[in-house]
Amino acid sequence: MGGRVIVITSGKGGVGKTTSTANLAVALAKNGKKVVAVDADIGLRNLDVVMGLENRVVYNFIDVIEQKCRLNQAMVRDKRVGNLFLLPAAQTRTKEAVSPDQMVELCEQLRPDFDFILLDCPAGIERGFRNASAGADEALVVTTPEVPSVRDADRIIGMLESMGKSPIRLIINRLRPIMVEEGDMLAKDDILDVLSIKLIGIVPEDDSVIRSANRGEPLTFSPESPAAQAFVNIAGRMQGMEVPWLQLDTGRSKGLVSNLKKMLGL
Amino acid sequence: MDFFKRLLSANGGKGSAQEANKRLISILIHDRTDISPQLLENLREEMIAVLKKYMEIDESNIEMDLDHAGRAAALVVNVPILRIRRGNTPIPDADLDLDLEVDVEADVDVDVEETDSSPDSLPSVPAEPAGTQNANESR
Repeated sequence: MGGRVIVITSGKGGVGKTTSTANLAVALAKNGKKVVAVDADIGLRNLDVVMGLENRVVYNFIDVIEQKCRLNQAMVRDKRVGNLFLLPAAQTRTKEAVSPDQMVELCEQLRPDFDFILLDCPAGIERGFRNASAGADEALVVTTPEVPSVRDADRIIGMLESMGKSPIRLIINRLRPIMVEEGDMLAKDDILDVLSIKLIGIVPEDDSVIRSANRGEPLTFSPESPAAQAFVNIAGRMQGMEVPWLQLDTGRSKGLVSNLKKMLGL
Repeated sequence: MDFFKRLLSANGGKGSAQEANKRLISILIHDRTDISPQLLENLREEMIAVLKKYMEIDESNIEMDLDHAGRAAALVVNVPILRIRRGNTPIPDADLDLDLEVDVEADVDVDVEETDSSPDSLPSVPAEPAGTQNANESR
């Protein structure tokens, strides 16, 4: 039995790769899977912070590759849920510190002991991206419903395809259903039509994401908010379950009276 | 009427997403194919030169666009044909997708620049001598 190695990438920065990695890792672990979340953003690490494990980081995976420590010494075990680990990046090194081949080897080292190995990829298309994706089988591409993000996602998808990664699935993050309804935000079908990859989930814009990052407590620990629900659903689909799509409700009644109100500024 | 249209439509009438979608498609097609406007222009000129060897075309109404089908890009070209060259004998217009009508029963060989016309509105153009046409028909 070998684990699935999945890179979570986007091209564009700030669209939710780290948030997704953290929340999916927790959701999978809560489902009983053995999960390691690898922060592949050398020099600008953030997965530790988003997961709330920053105080427990001693070694990082570069130390492991350079044989300064053993793999299990670098891994931080999350005490809130069993079988969830973080493998941190170095903060004081750069992307050149490791090579794609070394990352492949690292992933192979992790494979026998985990069901899911999630790699949080840095933004960009250069060495950082190549390092993070080298050892991966599959990819999750994160985009927001905005022209620059979708454009970058397209480029990343092209690169992942030429690297032979499969399957490649899309997460649309920070969707605002009201804006979509008002014709002011790209809709899921617009995005899917141009990117032409399969959708694995839509995560709505949700203030609780900010609160959870403030506290270092991924939402999926107690999935109440819409975003948390969405991440739980994505984790389900990653495990091959058929999960019905969330009703992303605008919370407003549609129709004549509502439109009249809008027009009168009420 | 506009008031009622907005009242009844689900769309608040802002529609910036529509523009975003159009721009996105155009951007992605150009990103994917890495074709510069200069390249497209050169391609267009060379293509016109080749086509003109085989047919008479309406150069001013050529449409050339990049489109997409899934993740693949396609070059889509639409060229209005006026007449196919085969020596000097024009093909009967039933065989061509033409917007003009040419009376092939007549001995008159008319050269037309416009595509919208009925025989009555054709500009008067000197006809080629009937002798030339007959000579070619006997090939």
